[in-house]
Amino acid sequence: MLDADFFRRWMTVTAASVDREAERLTALDSPIGDADHGSNLQRGFRAVRDALDKEPPATPGAVLVQAGRLLISTVGGASGPLYGTLLRRTGKALGDAAEVDEGQLAQALRAGVDAVRQLGGAAPGDKTMIDALVPAVDALGDSFAAARDAASEGAVATTPLRARKGRASYLGERSIGHQDPGATSAALLIAALVDAEAGGE
Amino acid sequence: MSDENLVGIVLVSHSAAVAASVAELAQGLAGAGAAVPVAPAGGTEGGGLGTSAELIAAAAASVDRGAGVAVLTDLGSAVLTVKALLAEGDELPEPTRLVDAPFVEGAVAAVVTASTGADLAAVEAAAVEAYTYRKV
Repeated sequence: MLDADFFRRWMTVTAASVDREAERLTALDSPIGDADHGSNLQRGFRAVRDALDKEPPATPGAVLVQAGRLLISTVGGASGPLYGTLLRRTGKALGDAAEVDEGQLAQALRAGVDAVRQLGGAAPGDKTMIDALVPAVDALGDSFAAARDAASEGAVATTPLRARKGRASYLGERSIGHQDPGATSAALLIAALVDAEAGGE
Repeated sequence: MSDENLVGIVLVSHSAAVAASVAELAQGLAGAGAAVPVAPAGGTEGGGLGTSAELIAAAAASVDRGAGVAVLTDLGSAVLTVKALLAEGDELPEPTRLVDAPFVEGAVAAVVTASTGADLAAVEAAAVEAYTYRKV
């Protein structure tokens, strides 16, 4: 079973991954975006980590709802409302249970991904975070490791795609050949589940 | 007419200068009607280009006179942030509407319409209608 501390660790590990990969995310965002994805997410997840460390919420759902709220208010780019909605909706779907199982997490995360699709209007193949999140949620029923691999493969597979959403879509054909920064950061979020399960911080 | 029952307008842009200038333009073109509460929410809190949920929430609170708030945005994260705040439920005054309109023309239409004492639905309709004015 997954308790509130597992979800706090998930966010903490994500914050550490984003810190580590911030330069790479910003570099990916330079040719097709506005070169702020790494620094924006770093600011957001640092705020999440600090708030959860200071006063950890009591339930899995409350951890994710608070994290989502903070991302919306601190990120400053489109990834704020998108990741914020993902986590908040996932948290709401988990309800106020003290512990949830992997199947409930998979189901809740699917609700979160659906909310992101509705908010941003992106479908699979549009070269967005959805291209990492949808395969991850599909694989989550098997294991966290399977979800991590599916998200990572989904992110890499955005490289040949033409962007259909966000600033990159204005570039048309020129967006082809670049891995999507949002799909890349989404893969970091999913990979953090594996480390959180192993007890990592 | 009392200021009490006017719809408030919030203008959200990635740029503080754009938001403030469009607010000034729309208020200037509104002419002699009642003074519509208009607040720009541009850029990040640090003064950079981007969107700030906190600036948006503060702007919406500052123009709320009880008749509702119409929010116009430029693009990308401005749109998504307002939508996320609306989904949150308690971050913006009730009722607040994200208006699907061109930023400059929609702002002028919204402010002029609000200055007549029109309700939120009428202000929204006027701003949306700005899309139909073709230039060529």
